[in-house]
Amino acid sequence: MSVNATPAGADVAADGTDTGGGRRAAVPTQRDNGRGKVPLSENKRAERRLGWLLCAPAAFVMLAVTAYPILYSVWLSLQRYDLRFPAEREFIGLQNYVTVLTNEFWWTAFGVTMLITVVTVAVELVLGMGLALIMHRTLVGRGIVRTSALIPYGIVTVVAAFSWRYAWTPGTGYLANLFSDGAPLTERASSLAIIMLAEIWKTTPFMALLLMAGLALVPEDLLKAASTDGATAWQRFTKVMLPVMKPAILVALLFRTLDAFRVFDNIYVLTSGANETSSVSMIAYNNLIRGLNLGIGSTMSVLIFITVAIIAFIFVKLFGTAAPGSDDGERR
Amino acid sequence: MADTTTRAKVRWGLLDVAVVVFALTPVLWIMSLSFKTPATLTDGKFIPREWTLENYRTIFATDQFVRALINSIGIALIATAIAVVLGAMAAYAISRLDFPGKRVLIGVSLLIAMFPQVSLVSPLFEIERQLGLFDTWPGLILPYITFALPLAIYTLSAFFKQIPWDLEKAAKMDGATQGQAFRRVIAPLAAPGLFTTAILVFIFCWNDFLFAISLTSTERSRTVPVALSFFTGASQFEDPTGAICAAAVVITVPIILFVLFFQRRIVSGLTSGAVKG
Repeated sequence: MSVNATPAGADVAADGTDTGGGRRAAVPTQRDNGRGKVPLSENKRAERRLGWLLCAPAAFVMLAVTAYPILYSVWLSLQRYDLRFPAEREFIGLQNYVTVLTNEFWWTAFGVTMLITVVTVAVELVLGMGLALIMHRTLVGRGIVRTSALIPYGIVTVVAAFSWRYAWTPGTGYLANLFSDGAPLTERASSLAIIMLAEIWKTTPFMALLLMAGLALVPEDLLKAASTDGATAWQRFTKVMLPVMKPAILVALLFRTLDAFRVFDNIYVLTSGANETSSVSMIAYNNLIRGLNLGIGSTMSVLIFITVAIIAFIFVKLFGTAAPGSDDGERR
Repeated sequence: MADTTTRAKVRWGLLDVAVVVFALTPVLWIMSLSFKTPATLTDGKFIPREWTLENYRTIFATDQFVRALINSIGIALIATAIAVVLGAMAAYAISRLDFPGKRVLIGVSLLIAMFPQVSLVSPLFEIERQLGLFDTWPGLILPYITFALPLAIYTLSAFFKQIPWDLEKAAKMDGATQGQAFRRVIAPLAAPGLFTTAILVFIFCWNDFLFAISLTSTERSRTVPVALSFFTGASQFEDPTGAICAAAVVITVPIILFVLFFQRRIVSGLTSGAVKG
C-alpha cells in the first residue's frame, strides 16, 4: 500500500481563530478571546473532548491491530514454538535470533530484498520523473497519457504478476524467446530481473504522480526567466525544477523505499522464491504458513520491523524537516 | 518549451505512445490469453487466432471462483465503509479542531503507512487463531481497516481543509439550523472527497495478497487474488492458465474502468497534501 505524504489538515490555526462548525455545535457558548493566559475555557475543553472523541476509534483500531501484535511477536520470538510440536514450546531467550542471523538463507533473502529495493527505487525515480514530465508538459494527448498511466496502479498486483509470468513462460509467452532459448524464470539472474520489471511496471505511476504534484509547484515564470537568461533545458531541470521539487522527491523516495522493501506478491507468483529469489517477506511467510514455525517466523517479523525502522530513521535524519513525520517546521 | 512546432508535437506524441504501450501491454496480454482456446493457448502469439469465451464459462461454473469473488467484494466493501467513516471522524478532528495529541495521531498513522505488513502476519496468525477470527471475514477486515486508515485520514484531512467552512456559518446566519447547514452545505462539499477516499481504500483492500493468503485457509474467506494462486482448473489434469487469465480479467476490468472514469479525482486524492504542507 502507499499513502501520500503530508496531512494538509495538520496546520490548522492553533490559536483558535476559526473555531466554528462542529465544536460550536457541541457547546453553544461564547467564543473565548483569551490569548493563552486564561486557564482553559469551557469552549476549549469541549473542543479537546470532541477532538479526542472523534479520533479515538481510529486510533484504537490502528494501535490494537499493530502495536499489540508487534509486542506479542517480540514475545513469541523469544520462544521455541513450532505448531507441529506444540508440546516443545518453551522460553529460549535470544536463541531464535542467533538461529536466523547465522542462517545463510536469511542473508540471501535479505540481500535479494535490498537489491530489489535499491534497483527498483532508483529506476522508478528516473522513469517516474520522465513520466511526470511527460504527463505535465506534453503538448498532445495529455488526458490519454494520464489515464493510461493510472492503469498499473489500479491493477491487482497478483494479476499483473501472472501476466508477466505467462509472458516469460516458454511456449506460451510472447517474450520468452526474446533473449535466449532457455526459460528465464528458472534462472536466478533473469528471474530477479523479471521480478524487478514487474515491480517497476506496477509502481512507477505512483512515483510519477507524487513527482507531478511537486512539478506543479515549479513557477512557470521562473522557467521562462531562466530560459531568457540562456539556460539550457538540462540546466532548467537541475537548477530550477529539482530544488523546488526536493520535498516531493524525498517523500516519494521514502514511501517507495519502504514499500519496495515489503515485496511479496510478485515473487510469490513469479518464482515462489525458487532459485534463491525469496525476499525477507517471502521467507517469513514460508516459515510461518508452510513451516508453521511461529517462533522463527516471529523472529523474522521483528527483524524486518527493525530494518524498516532503521531505514525510516536514516531517511528522517538525512533529510531533516523535509521528511514526513518530523514534527517541526512547515512540513510534516 | 514554448515552441509548438510540428516536430515538437511529433516528439511528444511518440513519448505518449511509448507510455501508453508500456502501461497497456501486460493488461492486453492477459486479456488475450483469456480469450484463447486451449489448443492455441501455447502458440505464443500476442493476439489470439481463435477466440472463445470458454474460459469465462469455466470459472463461473466453479464454486471456487464465485465464492472468492463474493468474499472479495464483501470484505473490501465492509472494510472500505468502516475505514472511511472512522477516517472521516479523525480527519475532521485533525483539520478542524485543536487538541493535544493531534500530532501524535498523525505520526502514528504515518508509521502505520510505512509498517512492514509481513511483521504482523505471524502475530496476527496466532492471535486470530486464539480468538477464532482466523479464516473469517472479520479476520481480514480488521487488518485492512488498519492499513487503510492512514490513507483515509491523509486524503480526507487534505480534502476537508479545502472546504470553505465559513459557508456553514453563513448558512446559520441566514437561519439554517445546525443540521440543515451540515446537510445542505457541508455534506455536498465533502462528498467528492469521501468518494475519492473510498475508491482508493477499496483498491487497496481489493489488491491485498499477503494478509489474504496468510489469514485464510478455506473458501470461507479466501479472496480472489489468493484463489487465483491456488487455481487448478476444472480437473486436476487441466492446464489452469486460461481459467486464471479469465478470472484475472474479471477482477481487473471493473477496477480499470473505475480508475479511468474517476481519473482526475484519483490523481488529486493520491497527491493531495503531498506537496502543500
